[in-house]
Amino acid sequence: MTVMSDTALQAAPATKARGYWATVGRRIARDKVSMVCAFVLVLIFASALLAPWLGLADPYQGSMIRRLRHIGTPNYPLGTDELGRDMLARLIYGGRLSLIIGILPVIFAFVIGTSLGLVAGYVGGRLNTAIMRTVDVFYAFPSVLLAIAISGALGAGIVNSIVSLTIVFVPQITRVAESVTTGVRNMDFVEAARASGAGPFTIMRVHMLGNVLGPIFVYATGLISVSMILAAGLSFLGLGTKPPEPEWGLMLNTLRTAIYINPWVAALPGVMIFAVSICFNLLSDGMRSAMDIRN
Amino acid sequence: MFAYIARRIVYVIPIVISVALVCFLLVHITPGDPLVAVLPADASQELAAQLRTAYGFDRPLPVQFGLWLWRALHGDLGSSIATGRPVLSEVLRAVGNTVTLAVAAALIGFTLGLMFGLIAGYFRDTWIDKVATSIAIAGVSVPHYWLGMVMVIIFSVQLNWLPAVGAGPGGSGSWGWDWEHMKYLILPAITTAVIPMGIITRTVRALTGDILSQDFVEALRAKGMRELDVFRHVIKNAAPTALAVMGLQLGYMLGGSILIETVFSWPGSGLLLNSAIFQRDLPLLQGTILVLALFFVTLNLLVDIAQAAIDPRIKRG
Repeated sequence: MTVMSDTALQAAPATKARGYWATVGRRIARDKVSMVCAFVLVLIFASALLAPWLGLADPYQGSMIRRLRHIGTPNYPLGTDELGRDMLARLIYGGRLSLIIGILPVIFAFVIGTSLGLVAGYVGGRLNTAIMRTVDVFYAFPSVLLAIAISGALGAGIVNSIVSLTIVFVPQITRVAESVTTGVRNMDFVEAARASGAGPFTIMRVHMLGNVLGPIFVYATGLISVSMILAAGLSFLGLGTKPPEPEWGLMLNTLRTAIYINPWVAALPGVMIFAVSICFNLLSDGMRSAMDIRN
Repeated sequence: MFAYIARRIVYVIPIVISVALVCFLLVHITPGDPLVAVLPADASQELAAQLRTAYGFDRPLPVQFGLWLWRALHGDLGSSIATGRPVLSEVLRAVGNTVTLAVAAALIGFTLGLMFGLIAGYFRDTWIDKVATSIAIAGVSVPHYWLGMVMVIIFSVQLNWLPAVGAGPGGSGSWGWDWEHMKYLILPAITTAVIPMGIITRTVRALTGDILSQDFVEALRAKGMRELDVFRHVIKNAAPTALAVMGLQLGYMLGGSILIETVFSWPGSGLLLNSAIFQRDLPLLQGTILVLALFFVTLNLLVDIAQAAIDPRIKRG
């Protein structure tokens, strides 16, 4: 027994019955597209997080004599912007704010929307009507319009942009959470928990949350893609970040005037938004099909 | 059918009132006194008090809302602070341009989306499906304002084929259906079409796949129906849902045009909204958002009715 080969060790866990989430995890790990997206996202997140230690140029330090250098200029691999600041450094540092303002609204909306939807779906009755009819009101606005309306009224700023996007996404997540919860509510195991004396709060927290979180999480992951585009869009309009902060949407805005001089440098920040957005979308698709065990 | 329409309209009334309430409250969530935007910086106390009474800002909020709603129902949305002209006429003039853009974009986006979606769904898991789904996912993930910039870079700056900004020669605001004007419409319309194209492709692909796996399709094939006729049945079954998604997308294009209109300086409601925000022209902001939201609600109502008209099962639900 002491001489156990590596293959025997690896084969051992396979005989054990795998749980649902382990199966889902394995299916995602096998999906090439999802893995590539996860890799790209990790790369972008890590470089944004570690930006100060990557030996980059100062993203705020401009120079009037080296404005709008082309991509591939020595020392400036991605050129310089309209104030002569290093584009590579600004794109990497820009990830910090861009990712925060794009992802935080979805996280906030996930927490608030899941709670509202869970309560509405489980308690039902008048409370459900009150919550869901309020949600309907926000559905009467196209989401871009609602985001612009709130942020336009509140005024420019990072916090206001996060608040307005959170308000846009809460109703969407609440609807998904409510419909998933309603589906689970009448299942036998919930009935069994109720029969054995569990209170509504315990049932929601212990028995239902685990069963509804999956689909809501997948939906929220897809929303990050929309949120990244809208958050950068608000900055692009001048409603989010303020100069000289590096942020992809704002960079696109200030570089707009440069499209006649150095067009491809001006388009770079959009490539970053696009990359993050498409990766989250594909990852969300991958998770959805991995969780759909019937396939 | 009439009972169904009547019921839908009754459902819409509370929504319309709530939408109006949200628009009304927008002005009151703005930091500081809503009067600041109207008032010259060196205004005296008396003038401030006078204007406060004139605008009704000294009354309790519910009374203000009631009065505002009453005036709005009579088509009075106040006047723009920047231009002094009535908000409603400003908005309606701009909305016309937005409708032109949205309809042009819908023609492109819906046609391509339906085509890609049907083909991808029919040839599921083949290379054709993969190409169509890749285009669709790129379409829904692309920051469209950036795509607009890229289009300008390619077709205006580099190739010099199409104008970069505006809605007509010499910066004219009046639209005409001739080539001189159409040139200005092409880039913004294509840019606007990308997102609906992606969403419709994805929806229709999923729909087609679901319908094809149903028993009745098997039965149609078993009785010897030609594939083309089977396909016709698939389209018929996919139509109600596809229609609903298209209606919603048209609404999004009308209401969410601010980014594209800013990129292309297209003189529609989005550009109006943009200037209202940055000039702190609150009555104009409020009015534009109200009109666009009501457009959206009406459009959704029409889609519901159209859906029920082509699919009798919905009326009973």
